[in-house]
Amino acid sequence: MAKLEDLRPGDPLPELVFEPNEVDLFFFNAALWNGHRIHYDAPYARDAEGYPALVIDGPLQGDWLAQVVTQWIGGSGQLVSLEYRNRRAAYLGERLRAGGQVEAVDLESGEVRLRLAVLNEAGEATTPGSAVVRMRP
Amino acid sequence: MSAGKTTGTLLTPELLAAVGRTTEPRREEVSRREIRHYAAATRQRDPRYLRGDEAPPLFYTALFWPEAPLEELRADGLTREGLLPPLPLKRVMAGGVSVNFTRAIRPGDQLVARKALKRIQEKQGRSGPLIFVDVEMVVETESGEPVLTETTTSIAR
Repeated sequence: MAKLEDLRPGDPLPELVFEPNEVDLFFFNAALWNGHRIHYDAPYARDAEGYPALVIDGPLQGDWLAQVVTQWIGGSGQLVSLEYRNRRAAYLGERLRAGGQVEAVDLESGEVRLRLAVLNEAGEATTPGSAVVRMRP
Repeated sequence: MSAGKTTGTLLTPELLAAVGRTTEPRREEVSRREIRHYAAATRQRDPRYLRGDEAPPLFYTALFWPEAPLEELRADGLTREGLLPPLPLKRVMAGGVSVNFTRAIRPGDQLVARKALKRIQEKQGRSGPLIFVDVEMVVETESGEPVLTETTTSIAR
């Protein structure tokens, strides 16, 4: 990433693309010990809860936002805080893009505020969020 | 329910009395294998995470996910939230997360998590009433060094 003093509001962060399949959802929910059927039981998700397909976990999309940040800062700083909202459901088969941009830079503290989002193919934010990173001096 | 009303009739005195309730501390030892599994399952790219040398920031989500014997799961497969009496709305969705990080998590860490029910609110959604539940989780090392503080919002509808 660029040096702190070269960062400007609006600078984009490199985007990460995710297109989870059944195996991704299986392993993610197994890693959590999450038994919620809407993530792996397609007939249940459709018939009992009315979803068009298996639901991509909110915390998985939150992790993608964290990855946008950790990939961008590499070893030059640390993640101070992260916040995200699960605004819109995302379903198996969707291609999702996680990205963000610089919102504010504080040269004195070394803190950079980032605006983040997971976007679906229609460009709608399924998971908007924000983060603060502190760059090493 | 009248239009524009933000607090409605679903929040019984029993539900509201649960605000402030806390859980017993939960202790977990962090294993490299568990970090590697989380890193692979989330398709991390950083070799430090994939090797399990350090945990991705949100790894604690998996480490402290509510656990229950399978016969005690709800019909939808979720674990009953121990902090909360049963809600009158049954479809539960992740609402959002806000977390402050103090220290990275590494293999061998002995961590302690404490949860507290911070707030219950009823709101009107486009398709009917919603119940928002905020739970705060504070994670420290066994010796009391702060690791992170998280607030999770769940939405029932």
